[in-house]
Amino acid sequence: MAWKGETSRRDFLKKCVTGAAILGANSKVPLLEASEREASAEKSRVVVAHDAMLRGNGTAVDSARVLSLLDRSMQALFNLDKPSEPWRRLVRPGERVGLKVNALGGRGLSSNPQLVEAICERLQEAGIRAGDIVIWDRDTDELERVGFHFSTARNGVQCFGTDRIGYEEELVTFGSVGSRLSRILTQRCDVLINIPVLKDHDGAGVTAALKNMYGVIHNPNKYHPNGCNPYIADVNMLPEIRRKVRLIICDATTASYEGGPGYKPQYAWRNNALLVSQDPVALDYVGWQIIERKRSEKGLKTLDADGRRPHYIATAADAQHRLGTNDPGRIAIVEV
Amino acid sequence: MRRMRQRLHSALLLVCCLALFANGSCHREGGANVLFPSSNEAAGWVKSSDIRTFEAVDLWKYIDGEAERYVKAGVERVCTSDYKYQNKIDAVVDIYTMANAEGSKRIFESEPAGDARSVQLGDGARLYSQSLIFHRGSYLVRIVAYQESAETPQTLFQLGRAIEERVTR
Repeated sequence: MAWKGETSRRDFLKKCVTGAAILGANSKVPLLEASEREASAEKSRVVVAHDAMLRGNGTAVDSARVLSLLDRSMQALFNLDKPSEPWRRLVRPGERVGLKVNALGGRGLSSNPQLVEAICERLQEAGIRAGDIVIWDRDTDELERVGFHFSTARNGVQCFGTDRIGYEEELVTFGSVGSRLSRILTQRCDVLINIPVLKDHDGAGVTAALKNMYGVIHNPNKYHPNGCNPYIADVNMLPEIRRKVRLIICDATTASYEGGPGYKPQYAWRNNALLVSQDPVALDYVGWQIIERKRSEKGLKTLDADGRRPHYIATAADAQHRLGTNDPGRIAIVEV
Repeated sequence: MRRMRQRLHSALLLVCCLALFANGSCHREGGANVLFPSSNEAAGWVKSSDIRTFEAVDLWKYIDGEAERYVKAGVERVCTSDYKYQNKIDAVVDIYTMANAEGSKRIFESEPAGDARSVQLGDGARLYSQSLIFHRGSYLVRIVAYQESAETPQTLFQLGRAIEERVTR
């Protein structure tokens, strides 16, 4: 693990505040594979975008403000001026784009439909046909329960669960895992945008980008022992996943610091933020620190002291995986 | 020939009856109905969905990574249903059936109280601004509301009381 001690962690949290300055000096970020990023000297960027007025005076997020927050995040990540430019860099017309949301937490703690709608809008402006976009997760009913609308219309954005078309017959393996992949990933997507939710997780400690890929395989229940380690990292090494994930937009508008991954309002807070990155390990690392800060504020033990340190994050960064970096010195946090 | 056909019919009928009886979900749906208050049994609360049941082995499909904690505490199943209060508050009710009272108490006590109000319900209860959790015998009940308002805690408590009456019967 990269932490050398508590001092190091505190230092890192302080650096989060000055992350924007670090990033300001950087030039435009080309699309790199995680392994390439690892090899390059460039820091992994994680944008943390806040909007205190995201909900106006109400409790539901405001669609226009979500779109604006998304634009700010993407422009900051790619260091570009116009809202549509980052998307044109990310995807090309003709590509089929999957939006892997997280609907398992039920209403209250799932990927926000307004956020996903905003992403669809920007993708279409970048030349992706509506019919080439699919919003998906494991189960159609779960998607509908959190506010998405089932659709398989060819001329519109599609939305359905793997339950509709099933998993591949063939088992794919890496390290400790052997799983069948969702046919939505293998047959309907050239590109995957991962849209997880920032949550506490009873077993893994934290769930965000890497853990959301459990929703892509047929047997996630097999991979919960030992804090999901090394299973989460291994699942993300499956070639179809590793190759297709191009961006992570983590919904932290509402996040949880305890009692996850299900929604328990008493342990959730309106964080009104998005975390955006192309490095899933760095994003999970930053998300973990946000949850730790909230736990500390609430007088709770650290996840480590609670026996739930998310060891899988370090595993995902190790020499066998190289899915990204968990080294705070190699993460540039941009707060906008 | 006629007797043979009668025997065949009887055998088929028996098989059908056995299949129906063995179909846990039907049997349990009936059982679960007993636990959930019908509409307006708690004033203003309307049951707004069918009951879904997840056995211990499938619990992960409903609560993902939390399932292990419940399995260790001896969960048998969870039944869940949605409710609405005067079209103002949406809520979901989860009723976990544990193997014994120790199991429900164990889950209840494993969760930090935070800023809960302690209320008299079941064998132990905590009321929050948007949720209520209590245990009674081998049942653990969790009610989560999706809207926060001044009246939410009190109305959750009323729904909780109606459930407590049901699980105590």
